[in-house]
Amino acid sequence: MTPPPSIRHAFRSEGVTKVYGSGPAAVHALRGVDLEVPQGEIVVVLGPSGSGKSTMLNILGGIDRVTDGKVWFLDEELTAMNDAALTQYRRRHVGFVFQFYNLMPSLTARENVELVTEIADNPMDAGEALELVGLTDRADHFPAQLSGGEQQRVAIARAIAKQPEVLFCDEPTGALDSHTGRAVLRVLKGVNEKLGATVMIITHAAATAQMADRVIKFADGQIRDNIVNTSKVLPENIEW
Amino acid sequence: MVSSLDKKLGRDLWRIKGQATAIAVVIALGVLMLVMMDGLVNSLEATRTAYYERYRLADIFAPVKRAPDHVIKEIAEIDGVNVAEGRIFGGALIDLDDEPAPIRAQVASLPDYHEARLNDIYLTQGRALDPTRKDEIILLKAFADARDLGPGDQLSATMNGARRTFDIVGLAQSPEFLYAVAPGEIVPDDRSFAVFWMSREALGAAFDLDGAFNEALVQIGRNGDILSVIDQVDRLLEPYGGVGAYGLEDQLSNRFVSEEISGLRISARTVPSVFLFVAAFLLYIVISRIVQSEREQIGLLKAFGYSGAEVSLHYFKFTLVIAVAGAALGCIFGVLSGRGMVELYLIYYKFPFLVFSVDPTAFAVGLAVSIFSATIGGILVLRQVFALTPAVAMRPPAPADFSKSIAFSDAFKRFLDQPSRMVLRRFIRQPWRAAVATIGIGAGMALSISMLTVLASFDEIVDINFSVINRGDVTVSFIEPLADKTLFELKRIPGVSEVEPFRSVPAILRHGRQKHRGGLSGLIVEPRLNRAMATDRSQIMMRGDGIILAKALSDKLGIEPGDMLTVEVRNGRRPVLELPVASIAETLIGAPAYIELGALNRAMKEPYRVSGAYLRIDSSKRDSIYKAIKNMPAVAGVSRKEAEREALVKVMNEGAGGMRFVMAAIAGVITFGIVYNSARIAFAERERDLASLRVIGFTRGEASFVLLGEIAIISLLALPVGIFLGQFLAIAISAGFSTELYQIPVYYSRTSYATAALAVLAAACVSGWLVSRDVDKLSLVECLKSRE
Ligand SMILES: Nc1ncnc2c1ncn2[C@@H]1O[C@H](COP(=O)(O)OP(=O)(O)OP(=O)(O)O)[C@@H](O)[C@H]1O
Ligand SMILES: [Mg+2]
Repeated sequence: MTPPPSIRHAFRSEGVTKVYGSGPAAVHALRGVDLEVPQGEIVVVLGPSGSGKSTMLNILGGIDRVTDGKVWFLDEELTAMNDAALTQYRRRHVGFVFQFYNLMPSLTARENVELVTEIADNPMDAGEALELVGLTDRADHFPAQLSGGEQQRVAIARAIAKQPEVLFCDEPTGALDSHTGRAVLRVLKGVNEKLGATVMIITHAAATAQMADRVIKFADGQIRDNIVNTSKVLPENIEW
Repeated sequence: MVSSLDKKLGRDLWRIKGQATAIAVVIALGVLMLVMMDGLVNSLEATRTAYYERYRLADIFAPVKRAPDHVIKEIAEIDGVNVAEGRIFGGALIDLDDEPAPIRAQVASLPDYHEARLNDIYLTQGRALDPTRKDEIILLKAFADARDLGPGDQLSATMNGARRTFDIVGLAQSPEFLYAVAPGEIVPDDRSFAVFWMSREALGAAFDLDGAFNEALVQIGRNGDILSVIDQVDRLLEPYGGVGAYGLEDQLSNRFVSEEISGLRISARTVPSVFLFVAAFLLYIVISRIVQSEREQIGLLKAFGYSGAEVSLHYFKFTLVIAVAGAALGCIFGVLSGRGMVELYLIYYKFPFLVFSVDPTAFAVGLAVSIFSATIGGILVLRQVFALTPAVAMRPPAPADFSKSIAFSDAFKRFLDQPSRMVLRRFIRQPWRAAVATIGIGAGMALSISMLTVLASFDEIVDINFSVINRGDVTVSFIEPLADKTLFELKRIPGVSEVEPFRSVPAILRHGRQKHRGGLSGLIVEPRLNRAMATDRSQIMMRGDGIILAKALSDKLGIEPGDMLTVEVRNGRRPVLELPVASIAETLIGAPAYIELGALNRAMKEPYRVSGAYLRIDSSKRDSIYKAIKNMPAVAGVSRKEAEREALVKVMNEGAGGMRFVMAAIAGVITFGIVYNSARIAFAERERDLASLRVIGFTRGEASFVLLGEIAIISLLALPVGIFLGQFLAIAISAGFSTELYQIPVYYSRTSYATAALAVLAAACVSGWLVSRDVDKLSLVECLKSRE
């Protein structure tokens, strides 16, 4: 299958299933997901808790493997890659904001960012990334000394500092007030515009969808809707 | 610039500094043992060689009755002989005013007009002998020091039946008397054995050996064949009453030193390996747990695109710091304690110098073992974590599967409160973790048990030797075998209540290719004062022509009851006898071969001869008894059992044997280290649970209970494991300590087990107390925030 020449797809998947465990205790997190994400889009992923959003994003980000089905990043088949190739894929192309922040407890905010920029090809300065999320004065605090929202912003700074080609954000604004939340979304939009990065955002705040190029809705391990948003709104104008 | 990963490394190490230190100390102790013991073997060996070379100790000693001086030239011309020198060597009794018993001594001649070509002495004080003065002597430094004698003092001694007074002009040490022990004894007692040197001419006069010698010393050239030289020397000396030349390996002092070194070498191979193994095991457990607890962070690093090699390197550095710090500490303290041990050795092994030096391989081995055992734990866990996708690794470990654990019945629930159930569930859900912790503590305990067992066994052998086997108070030995009438003279001395004769003859025992240079002890049919005991502590009677061999000897010769033993007697008519081995005796000290006295005399064709007697005496009349014995001209020496026992206990406690206390202490510290580390691991793994419990309203006590309950159960479970493993370790370690001179049997004593068990429980209490203080300090907020 060759993609139509006009649009280049950042991601494509065919019949992706993911089963956790086996036997009667098996959980079918994904039940056949076919997906196409054009390069350079902002995609917002919605869906009820447990519907498989994080699982799908993890697979696209190369930190989890499918049970069945195929996934492509550009022309490369992620599902055919070995561990070393996946590591290179993550290292070169992917930025992640995890649902549970996942900061290194023994590193300060700045050092958590540097942990990623040190191995990136084209990083921005860690201080700059922290400034973008408004944490300049907290740069030398350890995660345990930061509030939940501040930790979340460190995680975002860490992801964008790398200047990645694809950025995965799992509930990046979950712990933030509407004002800070908008600011963070603006930063994500900036990465998308400046670098042409493909950005995928999982969120429970349906309003976020207003800034998306595309909205994908998950339900019960499948994609229920895949809508192109024609009336895009700037992040600062999103109504919460 | 320091990378973020290295910063993480530094901070993580700092965070677990207490535990890292505990691990480093345990590994350090293992390495310390290795370096110390290996260094001792190395130092003793190197120093001995240097000492022997510098003072030209002979390779062959050839005693003879009386050989004219010109014979030495013939010996020197034997092919392969470098240097040969004749000297006069004999026994003497020293009479000190403040000592009722006569003191045994040996006297050797020094050449008059040139320096000794062989068996030179190291003059520590005073001056050399003046050949024109017949009454000058140089005295063995150890004896002089013990008796407070020095140049300028006088000494009176009986030689060849004549008593004379001598001027001490110098003090000396000699490689020939590196281990200065009286013949027939095994522990040197500086106060009761002396050696002195005299001018050749003066000593020749004293022993009626003008123009003759009674011992040839021979040094072999580079390509000389020692056995063929011994043969030829024997042939040359035969007509003059040669008693049989022997090599340096059979020289009394050197034999003890060799035994000590080879015993030490065996210990150095076995004992530190056992310690290092236990330390390595601990290191493995702890490091794997630490890496396990980093699972989410490993997943995160992988998610960022850090490669497996980069992540592994990070944790390798982590363990490397601990392992290298531990090994380095071990090397440093190994050298320091080695230096200390050297001091102890100098008490018994009279080296003029003893420099502690370690073979670099010991450092390398210590370092390699530490790094290997530290790394292996980390690698195994990393492999497990790498097998997971980063997405899974990053999640907190999935809640454990309940479906497999038994449901508590209602009755049981009523009986157990919630915290107790939490403790129990942990064991049911993660039996492997509990098992590994239990084995770890068990191994530590086993180490303590085995050391305590060996300590107890040392005491036991002293006890058995001096109260069960050897029950006489005094042993009198004669210069030459005498008619057994002499016994009546001893019996007549007031205060002597029992007299039991014995005869000992020097002999070479052979069986197949194995040989042992020792002797036969002829005992009466039913000995009461010096007995042979079977392993079950029953007395073995002397019957018929059979030989009763010490266990160590039968092992050495590879001989069993019923086999024939070849005995080449080395004095008198020098018969070669073929005698059956009748039974095996458990002797713990020395390696005697017994035979019935009458049978021995028949075989020697010298009926009714005795070479000495064991006496039982009334201790209130001791002084007058010694005085009476002193006046008997035929007496070569008197040894008091009490003095022997004291000397042995001293050498075991203060001398080289003192090492076992150091080892026991180290075993104790390792045991504590293991228990403490287990407690720390339990705390680290439960930190969040404990914080959660505190948050939902459990008191400190209740939260601590969950932790302490776990530590208590693991420690209790470890006791039977420790007892089980301890038996095997005790066998290994006591075998490592046994030498030909003394065998350390394994006496399982309840006290050893109880002490080790108490030590483990005490360590558990202290560790529990230390970690429960941390439960009190637990910062609930930080703890709960740190991951989500
Ligand atoms: N490691 C795992 N083992 C077993 N089941 C899992 C695992 N990870 C996810 N699941 C299950 O897979 C399903 C999908 O999970 P996923 O995390 O993708 O949901 P989600 O859409 O992100 O939910 P939320 O909005 O709550 O984050 C859920 O039912 C979840 O319980
Ligand atoms: Mg999710």
